[in-house]
Amino acid sequence: MKLSIGYLYPDLFNLYGDRGNVKCLEKRLQWRGIEAEIHPILCGDRINFSGLDMICWGGGPDRGQEIISGYLKAIRHDFRAYVEDGGVVLAVCAAFQLLGRTYTMREQVVEGLGILDIHTQWQPARLVGNIILQSPYFKAAIVGFENHAGRTDIGTYPPLGKVVFGHGNTEQSGYEGIVYKNLIGTYLHGPLLPKNPEVCDGLLERALKRKYGDQVSLGELPDISEHRANHYMVERCRSAEEKHTAIHFGAFGFGNSRKAGKDNKRESANTCRKQMDRTADGEKYDE
Amino acid sequence: MQIRSRLAVFFGKLACSFIHRLGRGNGSTFPGVIAKKIDPDILSVLSGMVRKQVIAVTGTNGKTTANNILYHTLSGEGEKVVCNKMGANLMEGVITAFVLGTDRWGRLDADYACIEVDELSCVKIFRQLKPDCILVTNLFRDQLDRTGEIDLLRARMQDAMRLVPQARLVINCDDICSVTLGMECINPVLMYGINEKIDEGIPVGARESPFCPFCGRRLVYEFIQYGQLGEYYCPACGRRRPCPDVTAEDIEISNGEYTYTLDGMRMEWGACAPYNIYNTLSAYAALCAADAPRKKFCRLMRSFDYGNKREGVFSINEARVELFLAKNPVGFQQKLFLILKDPKPKDVVIQINDTRLDGEDVSWLWDVDYQYLAGANAETITAGGARRDDMVLCLKYGDIQCGSTADLRETMEILTEKGSKNVYIITNYSGLYSTNLMLDQMQSAWKEGMTS
Repeated sequence: MKLSIGYLYPDLFNLYGDRGNVKCLEKRLQWRGIEAEIHPILCGDRINFSGLDMICWGGGPDRGQEIISGYLKAIRHDFRAYVEDGGVVLAVCAAFQLLGRTYTMREQVVEGLGILDIHTQWQPARLVGNIILQSPYFKAAIVGFENHAGRTDIGTYPPLGKVVFGHGNTEQSGYEGIVYKNLIGTYLHGPLLPKNPEVCDGLLERALKRKYGDQVSLGELPDISEHRANHYMVERCRSAEEKHTAIHFGAFGFGNSRKAGKDNKRESANTCRKQMDRTADGEKYDE
Repeated sequence: MQIRSRLAVFFGKLACSFIHRLGRGNGSTFPGVIAKKIDPDILSVLSGMVRKQVIAVTGTNGKTTANNILYHTLSGEGEKVVCNKMGANLMEGVITAFVLGTDRWGRLDADYACIEVDELSCVKIFRQLKPDCILVTNLFRDQLDRTGEIDLLRARMQDAMRLVPQARLVINCDDICSVTLGMECINPVLMYGINEKIDEGIPVGARESPFCPFCGRRLVYEFIQYGQLGEYYCPACGRRRPCPDVTAEDIEISNGEYTYTLDGMRMEWGACAPYNIYNTLSAYAALCAADAPRKKFCRLMRSFDYGNKREGVFSINEARVELFLAKNPVGFQQKLFLILKDPKPKDVVIQINDTRLDGEDVSWLWDVDYQYLAGANAETITAGGARRDDMVLCLKYGDIQCGSTADLRETMEILTEKGSKNVYIITNYSGLYSTNLMLDQMQSAWKEGMTS
């Protein structure tokens, strides 16, 4: 078996170590004896979508969006057909935004691919930090690092997961990313796949099934290092949340005026903890 | 000098002596905190007392080294120099350097000030420091969670330059990002750069801004030194790398050290790493721009320590232990190159933390090419620090075996006791001082054991 992976625009969209996702896809195929063919596609190159089983596209600078915008017009039609046909896509950060209709930055509106009916609005305050998701598609918690100025409204599409710690698509929505057919869009760097091998294998399995039929299944790999890195982040965020609660409302929490806020905050911390416990048990959340 | 400023200086110094007496830290920022509380304008008062020139050093990599070269050579020329040598480059650290440079009447006695400035604090600091000359070492991707993309950083630095439009900018013309910054400012600019390839073997690593900043088309590189440094031109709009006013030429390698000619002087000492040629060149260019004395530059550089007392070589249990700082992909790649250049068998320890000082995002680790480590004759590779799991994972996907440790001292003891003769430690910023201290203690303990 063999998968051809299109690595989109490594010359422009190469921030935040997102090339680690490509490395992860490649290695996890090879470790299972499946051939992996990586096709780096540079800005302006023609893309033969029919020859690709998967597309991996990472984050880039805001300026990159302006530069690429012109090139995108040429691939819009084929890219959309690929996605509608069940082609597998992982789009991170800037790529996630560019799959949508528009990216509005101050007065300037950058036109995206329009494959997804979503819109992104730039805001000066960036959303930065470690982030943890609980996803209905995966057992383990998804960990990553977000760093984005854009707020993405995903409308009625299902998100990749619920935010257990961090921000997500917007500050308020409580959800992160998007799932459409075999496409995953997300703000998560880290890079995403190495610390979330389940997500990586999920994408690979879909690509293999699309190419070779439903009987294909991926064998287990000894993912001790991957799980350790994942659990470390989950534990870290959990204790950060607890510490935050303790500092603001525990040791120094005095005065009645703060009491109402205190209870609310405790509540949210508890919900968070519960979700994390479920994460640790490997349960899915049901909402 | 107003009474308020005098008080600020007095209490700042008092705070410093307290810290030293209590043995708490090196006191490179706290006196500044106190002085600024008393007189928020203290920096502009003190920097105004510098007799000749105020030189600011900023950029991503090489600030501390370039700044220390300025300090070392200017002092050697007999000038009195104020300097934040230890690299405390935020507002408080800069004020501390000035406060500690005053005499007992609170007056600054200095011909020159060489001040390292954090690239994000430029706006705040330049407003008061009012530098006469600004050296920009380079602009690489660094701590993206704090700094943001290069374009954002450049916009911020540009705002800072606008505050001091008469200050001479000293720019690395091999770096398209720095050149763009220079062109966007109205300041007079002096360019430095290297017209020849330093070394064919240098790993290039992550390249920033492959596109022309003016027309958006892909730049063509005749050669790349490392990162995005190199000789480039735009085939679409015809813009080329500017010609350097100051350059290093005839670069040769002998015994692992680079020798080169700088303004007619043959520099033959201590530059084991390609980036140290850039550091020396940049400092020399800054001296030219400031029209500062530089007759003895070549001779003075013989006694310069490129490790800045932060990095360094130690002897523990007959093992040679070298400590390296690497805080971003380009820096990390260069340190791996130095390890690769040493053909002897070795053990490598990599410590990665994610405190605020380091940047909480460690995804940059994936922007480093580790295949150089595979060919570096390393018998063991061990990851330490809070984010050691990320390092292990990163190497695993590069097909490189890597162990993990929660206790760096223990690892060092085991390695040196089992007979390792050659150990390299790479650490990012927050672990630098503690590791340096630890190695120093281990070295002293071993030497004591030898004599008794």
